[in-house]
Amino acid sequence: MSKAEILGNIRRGLRRGEANEAQRAAVHNRLNAKANNLVPKRAQLPHTEQVALFKSMALEAAAEIIELNEHSEVPQAVADWLHVNQIKELVSASDAVLNEMDWSPLGDIQRVERVAQAGDMASLTTTFAGIAETGTLMLHSRGESPTTLNFLPDIHLAVLRRSTIVGPYEDAWKMIRETFGTALPRTVNMVTGPSRSADIEQKLQMGAHGPRTLVILLIND
Amino acid sequence: MQIKSPEFKENARIALKDVGLQKALGNLKAGFPEKRAVAVQRMPEFHDMRDEARDLKNHILENLDIYLEQFESKVTENGGHVHWCRTSDDARKTILDICKQVDAKTVTKGKSMVSEEINLNEYLEENGVQPIETDLGEYILQLRKDHPSHIIAPAIHLNLEDVSEAFHEHHKKPKSDDPAVLMQEAREELRTKFVNADVGITGANFLVAETGSTIIVTNEGNGDLTQTLPKTHIVITSIEKVVPTLEDMTLFLRLLARSATGQEFTVYNTLSTGPRREGDADGPDNFHVVLVDNGRSDMVGGEFHEMLRCIRCSACMNHCPVYGSVGGHAYGWVYPGPMGSVLTPQMIGIEKAGNLPNASTFCGKCEEVCPVRIPLPKLMRHWRNNEFEKHLSPKAVRWGIAGWGFFAKRPKLYRQMSNTSNWFMRTMAGKRGRINSLPLAGGWTDFRDMPAPSGKTFMQQWQKKQGDK
Repeated sequence: MSKAEILGNIRRGLRRGEANEAQRAAVHNRLNAKANNLVPKRAQLPHTEQVALFKSMALEAAAEIIELNEHSEVPQAVADWLHVNQIKELVSASDAVLNEMDWSPLGDIQRVERVAQAGDMASLTTTFAGIAETGTLMLHSRGESPTTLNFLPDIHLAVLRRSTIVGPYEDAWKMIRETFGTALPRTVNMVTGPSRSADIEQKLQMGAHGPRTLVILLIND
Repeated sequence: MQIKSPEFKENARIALKDVGLQKALGNLKAGFPEKRAVAVQRMPEFHDMRDEARDLKNHILENLDIYLEQFESKVTENGGHVHWCRTSDDARKTILDICKQVDAKTVTKGKSMVSEEINLNEYLEENGVQPIETDLGEYILQLRKDHPSHIIAPAIHLNLEDVSEAFHEHHKKPKSDDPAVLMQEAREELRTKFVNADVGITGANFLVAETGSTIIVTNEGNGDLTQTLPKTHIVITSIEKVVPTLEDMTLFLRLLARSATGQEFTVYNTLSTGPRREGDADGPDNFHVVLVDNGRSDMVGGEFHEMLRCIRCSACMNHCPVYGSVGGHAYGWVYPGPMGSVLTPQMIGIEKAGNLPNASTFCGKCEEVCPVRIPLPKLMRHWRNNEFEKHLSPKAVRWGIAGWGFFAKRPKLYRQMSNTSNWFMRTMAGKRGRINSLPLAGGWTDFRDMPAPSGKTFMQQWQKKQGDK
């Protein structure tokens, strides 16, 4: 009832009836073209410069970056970070790349694979891409990586491969389409730095509801 | 929220004398406009993007029915539901029905101005469902039984003391005047509420027709917890928010963050596409999109058509001298500032909102900063015309305009009048060149001096020039 009324009202305003074939085709062509709009020059750089831009933008957004040479160095780096911050448990995604690592450096720190719960201190996930333009991480939901890991714990440790850093957001959407076709995962998250709010007197405070700290483990692959 | 727009003048008078409010509004002026200016400077393509965004929005509106149907079919394909709601009442009932279906006791909420528009919180409460606002600003307001005074910084009218007071009363903890401590308190209080809620309601900044996705943009992460933890996610949004593709959404996201808070990008930009997939370990089982019209479809093709381009960034109010002086509550309804002065009359009627399009100096700053180039002063002028034609303007205004019209049509008389009043005002001003008080102009001279005309009238100068030739 409401639907017909709303659409009818819109069409009346546009001074036409239901869209004709040509109008529909024009819209569908636009949808299928998935053309870029203006892409800032800043985001159109050679890959090395994109990586440098990613790092400076992520730092500006108050993320921490730990650079590593290969995946096998992740457990030690995570262990060191958690030790310094006296954290006893790590809630982790269960992607193959993480599960295949040798986690013995963790020592008495527990690494558990599950969804996040209130009270969790630290989580570890991989990332789908890095976007240089604003130092943004792109993640998405899947069985191995519950979305709560990205938002509920106090600290989010995220592994990012240098080779997955792109310039503009548009290139990340292309990667998403290459991977998933037309059906997106339930959620795609773009994360730029840790949680914050300026709702009290416009003064910025870090750590509102999402992670207070975002640590990017950047693998120079 | 109760409509108080008809009392704008009285609201404004009170606001101007409210010391706390004036202090709080100082934070606004020093914040958003400067940050925006810096962000715009860092993006040389910014103004070209505004042109593109304006053109894209125009294209979307020309094909709005097609894009909305496409969006609906993709949401359905992904296992979600779209509910079309012509009125506030339809939308409220639809949301309550969904809550009842899942036997919801508590509902967490991300920030949504559309939910304010339809009075959702009060309605849910009356019907036995407890809504919990999770955006820090909205949470503070809910504790204080207050309403947002700004569309992205809802508690901008409050000072630290107000927040401290409200938290002390409700959290039963020692009073603190450290914003970091207060935020930590809110974080702890809300954590269990996030986890225990039966339904999560968020708004949407954009709806993507290509994929059937909705996107929310937040800095706190509250919207993400709201939509990830409960079993049911309801998105309440409005029909003009649809965009064609992810690339098109991206254009608007680039403009939105910079225009709103002056950030390069908002911390969390989260797309939701349907309910949880097989094998997902978390996420909602049910995904509903409540599409609210509430007067918007009536704007299509009419004189307020261009207002439908609005992406709710708040740049217009952040730069508005009127908003900056009286704050958002004076406007008396959900949407304040220049964008509100155009939207509110559409939604609650010009009879009640006639003061708002008049509460503008027409300085043009709102149009200058609008990311989708909405000619806000022109649209406010349309409302002034409407109001005049419906004989709704106050008698003083009508008589004043009629009087001016009488003289304007009689040039000789008009010139004599302006020569006389010019002389009169200069005499009154004396050597100071300023007038302390002037009959019929108390609205001006009660607050500042009226400068005297600086010389001869235009016509006198013109005639002299012609004579000199």
